[in-house]
Amino acid sequence: MTNSTARIVWDGHQIARAIARMAHQIVEVNAGSADLVLLGIPTRGVLLARRLADAIRSIENTEVAIGELDVTMYRDDLRRQPTRAVGRTAIPRPLDDQTVVLVDDVLFTGRTIAAALDALKEVGRPRSVQLAVLIDRGHRELPIQADHVGRQLQAPAEARVNVKLTEIDDHDAVTISVPEG
Amino acid sequence: MRHLLSAADLSLAEVTSILDTADEMHTIQQRQIKKLPTLRGRTVINMFFEDSTRTRTSFELAGKWMSADTINISAKGSSTSKGESLRDTMLTLDAMGTDCFVIRHGSSGAVAQAAGWVRAHVVNAGDGTHEHPTQALLDAFAMRRHLGGGGAEAFAGKKIAIVGDLLHSRVVRSNVLLQRTLGSEVTLVAPPTLLPTGVDEWGVAVTNDFDEVIHTADVVMMLRVQRERMYGGFFPTEREYAELYGLTPERLARLKPGAAICHPGPMNRGLEISSEAADAANSLILEQVTAGVSVRMSVLYHLLGGSSE
Repeated sequence: MTNSTARIVWDGHQIARAIARMAHQIVEVNAGSADLVLLGIPTRGVLLARRLADAIRSIENTEVAIGELDVTMYRDDLRRQPTRAVGRTAIPRPLDDQTVVLVDDVLFTGRTIAAALDALKEVGRPRSVQLAVLIDRGHRELPIQADHVGRQLQAPAEARVNVKLTEIDDHDAVTISVPEG
Repeated sequence: MRHLLSAADLSLAEVTSILDTADEMHTIQQRQIKKLPTLRGRTVINMFFEDSTRTRTSFELAGKWMSADTINISAKGSSTSKGESLRDTMLTLDAMGTDCFVIRHGSSGAVAQAAGWVRAHVVNAGDGTHEHPTQALLDAFAMRRHLGGGGAEAFAGKKIAIVGDLLHSRVVRSNVLLQRTLGSEVTLVAPPTLLPTGVDEWGVAVTNDFDEVIHTADVVMMLRVQRERMYGGFFPTEREYAELYGLTPERLARLKPGAAICHPGPMNRGLEISSEAADAANSLILEQVTAGVSVRMSVLYHLLGGSSE
């Protein structure tokens, strides 16, 4: 791998504000939180889903159901790289006729979300499925778009966009690194 | 991972990854629709040169639930009964584009040898009296759930007694090797005539007295008396064997509270294990069977789920 330097484009305050705004937007669009289930895609999507649930709780004063949906075994690019570790799937309650909000950190090619929709089909039939991402960095390879976006980011396709979250990375930040050379 | 031939091939990280993935497979097994697209387009051939119901079926289900094309070949219906050598049979099937062979063979070492001939991945599903690594993995899986889950720390310092016909067992060697990696303390219990030669070099405790360990073991694993592999008198009478080495109702009562009972099956009820013990609340025997599919799904995923290097 070529050396690269990571540039911080968003700090913890900005991330916190974005999450608060997304939480407001989610409850506004869905007229409350009664039928909502937030499903985070491991690893950082799960952490973001928890933060969104916390934010929704403070707005609405109600608990919102959260779970985890691992998509590894549904990916169409498994054979392109060494065996990936399988993450956890935990569905908090039956999803039939619920509104599911898939939560991920970065939306890029859209392949992860396509796999998530396939995985979701196996565990239930929600009334509707929405997508919430902290960063939409463009360069889609499939016709997929997010309903709730923290920030649109213009980054070249070869750049790496990383979301760091305190729970596992010691601090909150969004970084971009472009391979040199 | 290229092949799974011996439990000794697996690092602690690999074992943990296989068991963690098996946990996820286990939840998928509870779904109404047990189907993952993960291994679509991959071909797995089960080659069983010895009788087997549970191992063959669980490998077949594991492959099918992950959408691999799974084919079974038994020695009887194959060209080996027309005199074709194992090598030629393997090369023929390999040339058809097989991605993975799951092989059970009566000769120790045959599976490792076969792995050297083919381009495909190879899983050892039992070779002679040598090894049966997926059995040891599923035992570890069932034990880990019983011991409270978590990673390898579930096994640290835990006492596991493996009791019975160790001479004819491939399960015992794989378990000893795997449990060494996991960090538990294994004691082997058998009459002197049923201990494998060289057992002193395995680095585990050995005793001829079951009652020495009955009240301290966290897990007692009873192994089947393999009558079909016995051509001489290894013990005076079955009644005496059951008395000395069987998990009788009396011994069941003396087990440490919460200790788990395992048996890889098929069981000789009344010989190495009493019905009271086999059906006891802390018996993991049926969990082991369920675990068999989860663990084999995980093993196939680890072999076939990524790019082939």
